[in-house]
Amino acid sequence: MERERIIKAAATFISLLILTGFLKWVSSYGSPYIVQVLNTTAIYIILSTSYNLVNGVMGQFSLGPNAFMVIGAYTSALLTMTPNEKEITFIIEPIISPLDKIAIPFLPSLLIGGFVAVLFAFLIGFPVFRVRGDYLAIVTLGFGEIVRVFATNAISVTNGSLGLKGLKQYTNIWWSWGWAVFTVFCLVGIVGSSYGRAMKAIREDETAAQAMGINIFRYKMLAFIISAFFQGVGGGLLAHLLTTIDPKLFTFFFTFNLLIMIVAGGLGSMTGSIIGAVIFAWGSELLRWVEEPHRIGGIFIPGIPGMRMVIFSLILILIMIFFRKGITGRWEFSWDWVFSRIGWRREKAHV
Amino acid sequence: MEVLFQQLINGVSVGSLYALIAIGYTMVYGVIRLINFAHGDVMMVSTYIAFFALTGFSLLGSVIPHMSWYVSFPITIVLTSVLGFLIERIAYRPLRGAPRISALMTAIGVSFLLENLVLVIFGGRPKGFPTPDAFTGVFYIKGVALPSLSIWIFGITLTFLGATFYLVYRTKSGIGMRAISRDFETPQLMGVDVNRIISLTFIVGSALAAAGGIMWAMRYPQINPFMGIMPGIKAFTAAVLGGIGNVVGAAAGGLILGIIEISFVAIFPDFAGYRDAISFFILIFILLFRPSGIMGEELPE
Repeated sequence: MERERIIKAAATFISLLILTGFLKWVSSYGSPYIVQVLNTTAIYIILSTSYNLVNGVMGQFSLGPNAFMVIGAYTSALLTMTPNEKEITFIIEPIISPLDKIAIPFLPSLLIGGFVAVLFAFLIGFPVFRVRGDYLAIVTLGFGEIVRVFATNAISVTNGSLGLKGLKQYTNIWWSWGWAVFTVFCLVGIVGSSYGRAMKAIREDETAAQAMGINIFRYKMLAFIISAFFQGVGGGLLAHLLTTIDPKLFTFFFTFNLLIMIVAGGLGSMTGSIIGAVIFAWGSELLRWVEEPHRIGGIFIPGIPGMRMVIFSLILILIMIFFRKGITGRWEFSWDWVFSRIGWRREKAHV
Repeated sequence: MEVLFQQLINGVSVGSLYALIAIGYTMVYGVIRLINFAHGDVMMVSTYIAFFALTGFSLLGSVIPHMSWYVSFPITIVLTSVLGFLIERIAYRPLRGAPRISALMTAIGVSFLLENLVLVIFGGRPKGFPTPDAFTGVFYIKGVALPSLSIWIFGITLTFLGATFYLVYRTKSGIGMRAISRDFETPQLMGVDVNRIISLTFIVGSALAAAGGIMWAMRYPQINPFMGIMPGIKAFTAAVLGGIGNVVGAAAGGLILGIIEISFVAIFPDFAGYRDAISFFILIFILLFRPSGIMGEELPE
């Protein structure tokens, strides 16, 4: 048994090395466009796997990621901007003190962004999880709109609808993929632990889970705030990738994309969420085609803005009706599976 | 005193619109335990139908000339009901036996589809709504401005509410609806045609949303593909405030919400930008202190 564990750890290590080598190669030789899409892919992985923890593993329907992303993005951006940059940016109303003097490095700003998102997740999770879980969807949907109302109106903190511009592009391929790997390890660890099993029990039958002594409120809250943390971090990473944020950036549209990723990948499976995120990041680039003008056989077809969203919503509805399991169902990738595939693994006779 | 009456009139007229939309939420939730996210967007589509009925169906060239409001508004209500019926039939019915979260996700999908279809077909630029002359006058009573639209809104809301209460509490279909909301299985054994009742629920809810939508478009005369989101969330708040599943409660909740919102803006004019946030805080507040709402009874999970 001991040997098997070492082999698995070695296999994980080697795959991480391969990933590092691949990223190194792309960041040296790939075009800026490819690097940009790779960055987005990593951030999508962070967001989709953490979203999957609440929606897939625990079966509670949250629509909050965009709100937590906005919170994380603004928090970390406000913390990394230098006092000088803030003075230039806040032209309508000066920024409130003490924010005007603070400037901290990137990593702590991301962590603080995540924790502020956790704080808000706790505040809205508290009333919702005490009652019926049904309300989570509409409360988080409303929360997303409210965050936007505040981002637009609290000018002395957020600079209103002008947003924050000229952030330094701290996010590079190592930051984004480093966080993606860290997130996946954390979440896979949680799902495999007794916490994860309690969350799955809540998904399958809340009443039965409660009867088995699972504190439903506690686990729902735990999953919700863990997920909010990574969404806050993801928002911060995205802010420092795009270098400009404004209240209209992370609308509900973003949450909807995440929903498609986790549903298409396989609700409840982390492997599925990763696959969904990768397919979405590259697929939506390809789908830009439908919004561009074209000339097919002499017929001119003007670009149709919004067409991608029509296609996405149709995809979501069709998956829900005809293909509810998604690509992976609830299957998870594991080394055991790989070894048994290549006929390498002995039977678990002496367990 | 005048100011108070003025705000009360405004509050009641906004609240009536919330009430009309809230009933669709509460009825659907009562019957199939689904938060119909597409409801606000159904309202949005109804304003577009009304717009094209009033200005003439520009898509069809001049085949259908523009119509006066007493023709185009009933047409709007009928077409919107058909839309509600189709949504349930195509998107929700196949998921009747599926886990609840699947139906909720489909509802979000339908909501997004409606918004973006309208965006693709009619463009994202807001359109000015051509309010018919019959709704534009203003009366003055002792210094209090009483727009004729407010009177219309109040009258039409009362009429529709009366019809809905009659349907829910005095007809056989209404008994069926209330039976299903208590227990989904047993009424089927007793010969209630569940599919027909559910379709009827969606038709009635959408008709009310259309009535609300038309008047919304006349009150705030600009329509755009995303205008349904905020009224949708607020109407849902109204439904929870009144006790979800309770039709009378939804009407009362809508009125209360409208009055609170308007008075907030009147008392704190500097914070008018935060107006949309109020209903959200009210929702959180109810969930904390009275999750069953004002008139609600404890629903079994």
